[in-house]
Amino acid sequence: MNDQTLTPEERAANLKGMGSSRKRVEDVRFTQGKGNYVDDIKLDGMLFGDFVRSPYAHARVVSINAEEALKVPGVLAVITAKDLEPLGLHWMPTLAGDKQMVLADGKVLFQGQEVAFVVAEDRYAAADGVELVEVEYEELPVIVDPFEALQSDVVLREDLDPAADGAHGPRKHHNHIFTWEQGDKDATEAVLAEADVVVEEMVYYHRTHPCPLETCGSVASMDKVTGKLTLWGTFQAPHAVRTVASLISGIAEHNIRVISPDIGGGFGNKVGVYPGYICSIVASIVTGKPVKWVEDRMDNLMSTAFARDYWMQGKIAATKEGKITGLWCHTTADHGGFDACADPTKFPAGFMNICTGSYDIPVAYLAVDGVYTNKAPGGVAYRCSFRVTEAAYFIERMIEVLAIKLNMDAAELRRINFIKADQFPYQSALGWEYDSGDYHTAWDKALKAVDYEGLRKEQAQQLEDFKAGKTRKLMGIGLTHFTEIVGAGPVKNCDILGLGMFDSCEIRIHPTGSAIARLGTISQGQGHATTFAQIIASEIGLPADDITLEEGDTDTAPYGLGTYGSRSTPVAGAATAMAARKIRAKAQMIAAYLLEVHDDDVEFDVDRFVVKGAPERFKTMKEIAFAAYNQAIPGLEPGLEAVSYYDPPNMTYPFGAYICVVDIDVDTGETDIRSFYALDDCGTRINPMIIEGQVHGGLTEALAIAMGQEIAYDEMGNHKTATLMDFFIPTSWETPTYVTDHTTTPSPHHPIGAKGVGESPNVGGVPCFSNAVHDAFRPFGLTQSHMPHDHWRVWKTARELGLHA
Amino acid sequence: MAKMHVKMTVNGKEVEALAEPRTLLIHFLREDLNITGPHIGCESSHCGACTVDIDGKSVKSCTMFVGQANGTDITTVEGLTNPDGSLGVIQEMFREHHGLQCGYCTPGMITRAHRLLQENPSPTEEEVRFGMAGNLCRCTGYQNIVKAIMASADMLNAQKEAAE
Ligand code: FES
Ligand code: FES
Repeated sequence: MNDQTLTPEERAANLKGMGSSRKRVEDVRFTQGKGNYVDDIKLDGMLFGDFVRSPYAHARVVSINAEEALKVPGVLAVITAKDLEPLGLHWMPTLAGDKQMVLADGKVLFQGQEVAFVVAEDRYAAADGVELVEVEYEELPVIVDPFEALQSDVVLREDLDPAADGAHGPRKHHNHIFTWEQGDKDATEAVLAEADVVVEEMVYYHRTHPCPLETCGSVASMDKVTGKLTLWGTFQAPHAVRTVASLISGIAEHNIRVISPDIGGGFGNKVGVYPGYICSIVASIVTGKPVKWVEDRMDNLMSTAFARDYWMQGKIAATKEGKITGLWCHTTADHGGFDACADPTKFPAGFMNICTGSYDIPVAYLAVDGVYTNKAPGGVAYRCSFRVTEAAYFIERMIEVLAIKLNMDAAELRRINFIKADQFPYQSALGWEYDSGDYHTAWDKALKAVDYEGLRKEQAQQLEDFKAGKTRKLMGIGLTHFTEIVGAGPVKNCDILGLGMFDSCEIRIHPTGSAIARLGTISQGQGHATTFAQIIASEIGLPADDITLEEGDTDTAPYGLGTYGSRSTPVAGAATAMAARKIRAKAQMIAAYLLEVHDDDVEFDVDRFVVKGAPERFKTMKEIAFAAYNQAIPGLEPGLEAVSYYDPPNMTYPFGAYICVVDIDVDTGETDIRSFYALDDCGTRINPMIIEGQVHGGLTEALAIAMGQEIAYDEMGNHKTATLMDFFIPTSWETPTYVTDHTTTPSPHHPIGAKGVGESPNVGGVPCFSNAVHDAFRPFGLTQSHMPHDHWRVWKTARELGLHA
Repeated sequence: MAKMHVKMTVNGKEVEALAEPRTLLIHFLREDLNITGPHIGCESSHCGACTVDIDGKSVKSCTMFVGQANGTDITTVEGLTNPDGSLGVIQEMFREHHGLQCGYCTPGMITRAHRLLQENPSPTEEEVRFGMAGNLCRCTGYQNIVKAIMASADMLNAQKEAAE
């Protein structure tokens, strides 16, 4: 349409490009129950597999007898490690360079470990079969404490040569996995020795679990005629799964098609490769039929992908005035029975070295020791970039502890230590180059928005009332200023199992000016089909509504490393913009030809190219698209499509300022979140509605983690939190209403300046909630109490502080 | 295992089938009838992803045997779409107010909201939060779900008024 009556603003609005709160295209099918998740897949003759799991946390498997199970009508096979061994599939590589048993090979290392795989005609027969497989175990001593593990004579991993190096260098003990050191140890210790003030604290970030509402699962279908394996599954990284599946099965990569259909939430749970995926493949090969495996909630909480479990010993040095002069941290990381973290190869503790946070700390030192215990493997990035939420929690607690020691206001202490706007790009003491930020502006805006001074006065009054016996409630104010590091990452230092962490986008414009784009990522609720179309719309001037977006099918989508660590927008979003720009460059040549002027004499204007200085002469992108296919243009190939593989020059560093107010009943330990204010700066904002939704969701996961959610074991290694009865997920009832806000500091190195946001609220939310609880008890001498702050623990804290009279 | 004969109405259609008595209703709906809107999140009545409407009550279909549903009238999220295929009011409001992300909890949420608004056509925000507490969502933080349900109530009430 050559409509000249519309203003450029109106034409831009019609595109629903970047900055528009465009409604999500995904929702039409989801609201009608027409999503297509793994468990919705139904194939002819499909079988169902289910695991026999270990009741013990550490035991030898003496024998497995499947005779009775095989008598159950409908049970077709019981697969054990012995069956997998000839195929070399009884162990599999983990994403951390360790290896993990697919099915128990001689012993089990955690409760719930996969011991045998029962294949049956339906899920009921499979469950009956599981009941009847007889396994004889011989119990071994159990170690659930990582500090004890490093002292104990008990060898957990008998398969590893104690004298040989691990995947990340020398091992100090048979239960030790790696030591990872960053920063300058000597210089930091020198600063600590001479500082005016040093505080030391052990900050524990407990074990928890991403627990998406949809559990993990897969359907494998081996077509014996074509030799092609199709694998549907809950994969956050479908292309990586294809490569890994090819490497370990020996099936050529072109003969494997991996499809991630709709995914019911991931949050890190669906990055790893699990025994269920492997067993469904093997079972399909063995039986010649499609095989489905879907874990139930207990399987999920017991065996796939725990998160955190970091013991962080910290020391922080400062002047009397509160200027931080050095930071020291030693972390003991409990990895469970296998090291199955999904961290980039060179970063066995992820990006924990972002633990200097938002502060200008001249010198720092970090060491992390990974340890084996009799717990489930994982260590995934639960709605955060690799180990970034641990780092943020650590520094934001240490700042509070320092404020107590200095008898300073924690907001002011943060302010005087922030990296200043003119220091960016900022080189941190632990090796990162922060791209951009303006922390003071964000902080002041936040403090003002909540009337921080007013809140402190109210808190002081309430404290007086409490001491006078007029109330049994205390008020806590939680502060956090976090800096995230997302968008892994530059291929030169980020890979997983040798796969470089770039990402990709391929765009094809159709002759009538609509388009299809395919990416190497995969949405799990983030709304990629909506937002990536918006990027293209703004970049090439076609309406977002006319752009189809596809992800997750390795036969059609370009190779990419997938969606986690808030990397989709920083990496695939950049690839999308770059591919779109290639198309725009060709469109410019076509427009110039059609308008009979030189290439340099036309310029892009929202949805068209216009002749410079003569805006009435133009060609719309729709006209250009048609010409691209249907007009012979000298020197140009027909067609209009492009692909971009984007290797980011740096990570992006989103940040934010969060403030919450909590009321605590000291007699019951109940906590009530009175208000929560979240200011996020994620650079350029693509879809404000979706950003806000991501913030609400991430904050609620943070609320869960800080206030009650944990994976707990008893000393026998029994899992105590394997149902949703025991594993806390907030309902609509206890979830507060959040106030969201933003500043915008674009990333200078990202083509559209976007930084990624999905994980910020979890990274910043956890310390904010936790700091609020601590703050309420600060006047009574509390410096550190471990999360989660459930009613029982809060009540205990009040008791220990003598508040129960 | 011996099968039993079951008969029920699902989304307005008569259904008759043979099923193992121990079959859970959610599996019967999803696997025998191919109604895959209701999802499975826990199989222990905690998450509400499997919520369906049975004889005018919200029921978690993962904790009910198919035999117990014999003779009942069942509505799932698929039955809440308008006859012309357009989104029903609550479905539309969930879209409008971004009340969903991964969509996994959504069928249960919408089905529960449908019943809640029959029980209480003009709920306060607090009543919505209380009335929806049996349905877990891991993605949205509920804020926009509550907004969507409040907006649905307004719209349904306006429609009712216009019809009167
Ligand atoms: S699956 Fe029924 S309540 Fe969770
Ligand atoms: S939208 Fe994902 S669980 Fe609710």
